[in-house]
Amino acid sequence: MTLSLGNGLAALREQIDAPVAAFFSSCVHCGLCAEACLFYTETGDPHYAPIRKLEPLRRLWSREFTLFGRIGAALGLSRPLTEADLAEWEVLVYDSCTLCGRCSLACPVGNDLTAMIRKLREGMTAAGYAPEGLKKAAVRALTGISPVGVGEHSVRKLVEAQAAACGIPIEMDKEGADWLVTISSIEFIAFPEVLGALAKLFKAAGATWTIASDAYEATNIGVQIGSRDVAGTLVQRIVDAAHRLKVKGVVTPECGHAYQALRWEGPNLIGAAYDVEVIHIIDLLDRWRAAGKLKTSGKDTSRLTYHDPCQISRRGGLEPQARRLMAMVAADFVETADAGPWNWCCGGGGGLSANHRAKDLRLTVFGPKKRQLEAVKPEGLVTACSNCRNILEEALQHYDMDLPVLGLVEMLAEYLDEEPS
Amino acid sequence: MSSTALLLWAKGPGFAFAAAVFLFGVTLRVVEMLWLRRRPDRSVARGSGALQGLRTVVSRFLPAPGLVARSPVVHVGGMVFHLGLFAVVFLYGPHIAAIRGMTGLDWPGLPTGAIDGATVLTIAAMIVLLIARSKDPVRRLLTTGADHLAWTATLLPLLTGFLLVNRVALPFETLLAVHLLSVELLLVLFPFTTLMHAVTFAFARYYAGAIAGRKGAHS
Repeated sequence: MTLSLGNGLAALREQIDAPVAAFFSSCVHCGLCAEACLFYTETGDPHYAPIRKLEPLRRLWSREFTLFGRIGAALGLSRPLTEADLAEWEVLVYDSCTLCGRCSLACPVGNDLTAMIRKLREGMTAAGYAPEGLKKAAVRALTGISPVGVGEHSVRKLVEAQAAACGIPIEMDKEGADWLVTISSIEFIAFPEVLGALAKLFKAAGATWTIASDAYEATNIGVQIGSRDVAGTLVQRIVDAAHRLKVKGVVTPECGHAYQALRWEGPNLIGAAYDVEVIHIIDLLDRWRAAGKLKTSGKDTSRLTYHDPCQISRRGGLEPQARRLMAMVAADFVETADAGPWNWCCGGGGGLSANHRAKDLRLTVFGPKKRQLEAVKPEGLVTACSNCRNILEEALQHYDMDLPVLGLVEMLAEYLDEEPS
Repeated sequence: MSSTALLLWAKGPGFAFAAAVFLFGVTLRVVEMLWLRRRPDRSVARGSGALQGLRTVVSRFLPAPGLVARSPVVHVGGMVFHLGLFAVVFLYGPHIAAIRGMTGLDWPGLPTGAIDGATVLTIAAMIVLLIARSKDPVRRLLTTGADHLAWTATLLPLLTGFLLVNRVALPFETLLAVHLLSVELLLVLFPFTTLMHAVTFAFARYYAGAIAGRKGAHS
């Protein structure tokens, strides 16, 4: 056995727990998970059945964590995992799963297949079988701050420009601010206007906020590639900044996986409960809305719909918050079929947006989203995840669909009564 | 061996052996599953994991919206099979009497005619599901020899039970012995095959619901 395979198997063993055992023990090979998976529905390739993608993890569990499996292994009735197995499965585990969670919701016996793919990626990465794009992004995030190389100097310039544009100062590293706000690299690069929008919204709510020069990045490549070590380091960086700046809480931005990484996996990755609150920006804005701190005037009269980011709606439960905020700014809101918990993924989640070899497949699996949009013919598509927004724009352009994609935070800021309530 | 001797063996040592294997196997599978435990979750919960876990155990009996249209045969066939099997096993008078004899528990059953109908429907659903499995590329890829073994082990008690109730073919004593032996085969195979899902599904659904429930997410 090679060292890398040994590392991979050790990482996989670490991931096997009672839920994994219950999930694999319950699978009856009904195949319904495939019917919920955009990679299967759009290609018809049976290898994209979610439970099939988990075969290496299932084999290890069966062989080493069950008595009958151990007896079978001793009698030579089962084959141990090899480098070849992991190499074969790399494409299935990374290129054909956005961790969207639709399969987990569809499984009749309740198997959380998505959580198991996340676990399987830990072993794949430890063994060295992960896409180059994700590996390089992880290195950039660890050696710098941003997985795409957005440095502190660039961030400062963007912050200054957006503060000047909106006329509200944005102070970086402000000690004692109420909230430490994290931003995703995609926002810095493609949607920097969100900084000005945040400045307006925080001012209107009467809350202070800051961005840490050593922990501005929300994106957690460790969660996407499947490395607890990388993910924990990136979480700890933000926790340390929160302590250094003595903030009351940390805000995760319009980014689905960043919310899952920091809000839910974070305390388990660093091995300690947070002593500050961590909240998604949509949840915080809805809290302020409920408290009467956000007042808007006027609404967008064009026909708007909302794309539910998988990690924020299906696996985050924040779709009611998003819709309450949409109601503040959209006069003609229309839901697509399957909206909310059953929404279809944009195709770029789970690290696929950084996995360049999967681009063609990513565009292929945009099919369900395309059909959702074609059915309701919106004039604008709003979402609360900058990664979704980026992927949606790319796919819409690819399919010659003339549809602007808007960020919910920016929309709210646009219709905001800016004086504090 | 005479049919009487076969029946006595099936009722006595045969059943005792099958029940012991079943109980030992199921207990072992459940214990080795729970033994793996879960790491403590240090995140601050937004909702009740336990409550949603329990809710999910029940709610997953309903099909996922939108998926029935994509796989009508599996959904309808699966529903008919499970409901039919439940009725045949737990609502047939002689079965209730047998369970009462072993445990003291008692409940009302369905008329024999209804059970007969349920048996035919259950067998029909099994055949339809087997055909669907063989025709669908995903299910064909996922299916193992153990799945076919589990299918056969489930069919045999239904088939022999139907023949027994309707006094078809073999003498009553022989048929009863064969029926009991088929049940014993099912019990012996239960912990080693996908039949085990009849126990572990509750754990799987609970875990999925509990994980999502803490986040206030969907399950």
